[in-house]
Amino acid sequence: MAKSIQLDVNGKIQQIEVDEEEPLLYILREDFGLNGPKFGCGLHQCGACMVLVDGKASYSCIQPSVTFEGKKIETIEGLHESEENLHPLQKAFYEEQAAQCGYCLNGMMMAALELLSANPKPSEQEIRNSLDKVICRCGTHSRFIKAVKKAAQSNSKF
Amino acid sequence: MKFPQTDRRTFLKTTGHLLIGFNLFPFIQCTPLDDSRSDLPEYMGIPERPHLGRDLIDSWIRLDAKGHITVLTGKKELGQGIRTALLQIAADELEVEIERCHIINGDTGQTANEGYTSGSNSIEGSGMAIRRAASEAKYFLMQLAAENWKVELSQVSAKDGTIFGPGKMSISYWELVNGKYYEKTISDIAPILDFNKHKYVGKPVPREDIKTLVLGKSHFVHDLRFQDMVHARILHPPTYKAKLKQLDQSTVASMDGVIKVIVDGSFVAVIAKREYQAIKAWQILKTMCVWEVNKINILPEKLFQDMKLNAQKPQIIEDSLGITGKINASPAKFKASYRRPYHMHASAGPSCALAMWENGQLTVWSPTQGVYPLQETLSDLFGIEKDKIRCIGIPGSGCYGHNGADDVSAEAALISKHYPGFPVRLQWMREDEHQWEPYGSAMIMELEAGMDEKGKIQAWDTHIWSDSHSTRPRGEAGHFISARHLENPILFQKGGYSGGAYRNATPLYNIPSKRLQLYNYDGPLRSSALRGLGAYGNIFALESFMDELAHLADMDPLEFRIKNLDDWRAKAVLEKLAEKTNWSSLDRSGNKGYGIAFAKYKNSAAYFAVMAEIEKHPEKEAFKLTRMVSVIEAGQCINPDGIINQTEGGMIQSASWTLMEEVKYDANGVLSKDWNTYPILRSQETPEVEVHLINRPELPPLGAGEAAQGPVAAAIANAVFDATGNRVRDLPLKPEKIEWAKI
Repeated sequence: MAKSIQLDVNGKIQQIEVDEEEPLLYILREDFGLNGPKFGCGLHQCGACMVLVDGKASYSCIQPSVTFEGKKIETIEGLHESEENLHPLQKAFYEEQAAQCGYCLNGMMMAALELLSANPKPSEQEIRNSLDKVICRCGTHSRFIKAVKKAAQSNSKF
Repeated sequence: MKFPQTDRRTFLKTTGHLLIGFNLFPFIQCTPLDDSRSDLPEYMGIPERPHLGRDLIDSWIRLDAKGHITVLTGKKELGQGIRTALLQIAADELEVEIERCHIINGDTGQTANEGYTSGSNSIEGSGMAIRRAASEAKYFLMQLAAENWKVELSQVSAKDGTIFGPGKMSISYWELVNGKYYEKTISDIAPILDFNKHKYVGKPVPREDIKTLVLGKSHFVHDLRFQDMVHARILHPPTYKAKLKQLDQSTVASMDGVIKVIVDGSFVAVIAKREYQAIKAWQILKTMCVWEVNKINILPEKLFQDMKLNAQKPQIIEDSLGITGKINASPAKFKASYRRPYHMHASAGPSCALAMWENGQLTVWSPTQGVYPLQETLSDLFGIEKDKIRCIGIPGSGCYGHNGADDVSAEAALISKHYPGFPVRLQWMREDEHQWEPYGSAMIMELEAGMDEKGKIQAWDTHIWSDSHSTRPRGEAGHFISARHLENPILFQKGGYSGGAYRNATPLYNIPSKRLQLYNYDGPLRSSALRGLGAYGNIFALESFMDELAHLADMDPLEFRIKNLDDWRAKAVLEKLAEKTNWSSLDRSGNKGYGIAFAKYKNSAAYFAVMAEIEKHPEKEAFKLTRMVSVIEAGQCINPDGIINQTEGGMIQSASWTLMEEVKYDANGVLSKDWNTYPILRSQETPEVEVHLINRPELPPLGAGEAAQGPVAAAIANAVFDATGNRVRDLPLKPEKIEWAKI
């Protein structure tokens, strides 16, 4: 069934017609033209599709978009002011060159943001626990951990 | 989409663009992957032109009138950072700022045919071709300036994109060329720049595509969006060789957004307007299909037994007369057998490709590792000329070898043939990726050796049992999985087994008598190239065996290796590893154990030595891989951070294969269908990794991307032995394989 809903994505509120069953992920990619959240498993196992929902890193691949009405949805596209002025987490990931293929990068950054906003000075174990929900196949974990540490040391507010 | 002709004369005649090529007035084209940076005039790409031969400079390097340089390579960016490394090489050799340089990777409409991006060959192959072409381009510009100025060539020099002559004469490359077309061939007379003058090579130039990624900009084939694009899903059979008996399409055909259901024999797919509509239809189709399932006969518990019983007669790769007698006559001898299971590539993002048919011509946007082999195999699949097919390489999720990238490209092409004029985007579901990709083959490695009293190895005998490590499509459509499912199936013929199975099976150690025999085996699961191919299993066995021999000789395993090596570069990585790990003074009194391993990848590429540290917890009957330290030497290092990143990744990935992974299956098919049924290493369990690099800028660069895979497996097994006294010869190295009661 089609339904008209309002979604708040990266601070912009947009009215869209959706299939009531359609998960948020496909709406974000097709209607909002976003690339950050990705299809990885559709099973809540890999974290490729994560977005921040009211500040919490959440899967977007199963839950219908209608359940996100009235919530604040954020993706990596919404982090930076401009391409020259990166968000501290983006900056840390870039400076640490924390990517190989980069498919999991969105999930890793979302998981890190959720952690840093609640806990600006996390321990290494806390960082590992947070990133654990995201699958990386290239073996870039050690760089992700370093990048999150670096972002935490930047004393930015997340 | 225009399809360029492949014949140069016709092309030049028909287009009338005689100014095309080495230098030209740029005009707009779609190059979505190029970064425009700096204060230069905006980069507008280059006009598309087919590759006209490897001997032409402009097949690799083009300059435009505004000061941009475009590098063309047949190699694909796979997340290994090849774009950045090739740009560093080109910028240095041309002596220009790297910000001026752009790159086009793998496009049958534009770049050279450089086969597959595999085997850690890109720097040694494409990198050196680009270096030569760039040096020739600069040399040509210097000749041109000398002619214009009527001075001797010896009186001109080039620096920072400018040619300098006697007195105050100078002219920039772009002013000099001034919009003219020069067709120049590679003469091999241009001098290669001295490495001491390199500004970028050897420096950790950051990968700019990582900025694209952190910003969430379009990067992957998954991110391509074209006007009128439609979405597809494919329904693979439940098992290999299953046949579709019955399918009622009516429910799906009437679903919202569904454009078409395609059934061709046992090939079932659906096209819809939106991605989720295609997925919903796919879910319903799954319940509607009735299959005749072909059971798998060789079950996991019988696999290794069957391998020995039913493999072909041995292929003798290397022989040594009287080797058995020599081993038997040795004062110390030893024999052991090692096994590895099937492993999967398990890409994080399911394979995805786009295809469009228009006027009998096909364009495929593909994450393939080889656009030309893909083009050739599609030509076989559809029975049309190659020049009617264009394959454009776009990054996919990391592939680590032959995963689903080629299959999904062929399937997108098969599906879109039923809906011409529209770009069709096909993405696999997670279960497609896990169950249908070709796996790294299970293997048995049996080793026997004899030593003298001083710990010098005298004879070494290897027997390997393995399925194929390369079934990549190279022109035969049966290598696409779905070609086998069509109403008129194109059968798969495995063809010759590649050398991949015995990669690195011959020890690099100085041993007077060596024999190597390979038993090719046709196994129950689909197999092909996975990072390192047979080298993973072979080095696991070889370097575990070296540890066993060292133990037998009562020698330190690191000293034992050095004693049996002649190659000074090999010894140097081991010596550096000893220094970086304080090998001789490690504390073994507690619950820690340490193991080392070494290999020169393919016996011809990078040197790599690694130490693994494990922590045992007998009370929990468990152990943990806590730390790995490695040393890599790959000759001239193009980008140190790039090599370190690749090596860290290879170490962590190999640790995951070694500790946790094995493809599970039963008579009814593959059971490893997602991340719960095929768990891999995650952040909590990731060991600390430390990579040390030896740079030898005076020596040619060596392939480095796969060097870690085998040695890491053996180092972990050797560390487990060190800590527990248990020798595990059967991967994965799970705690239940250790006899904890005896510790």
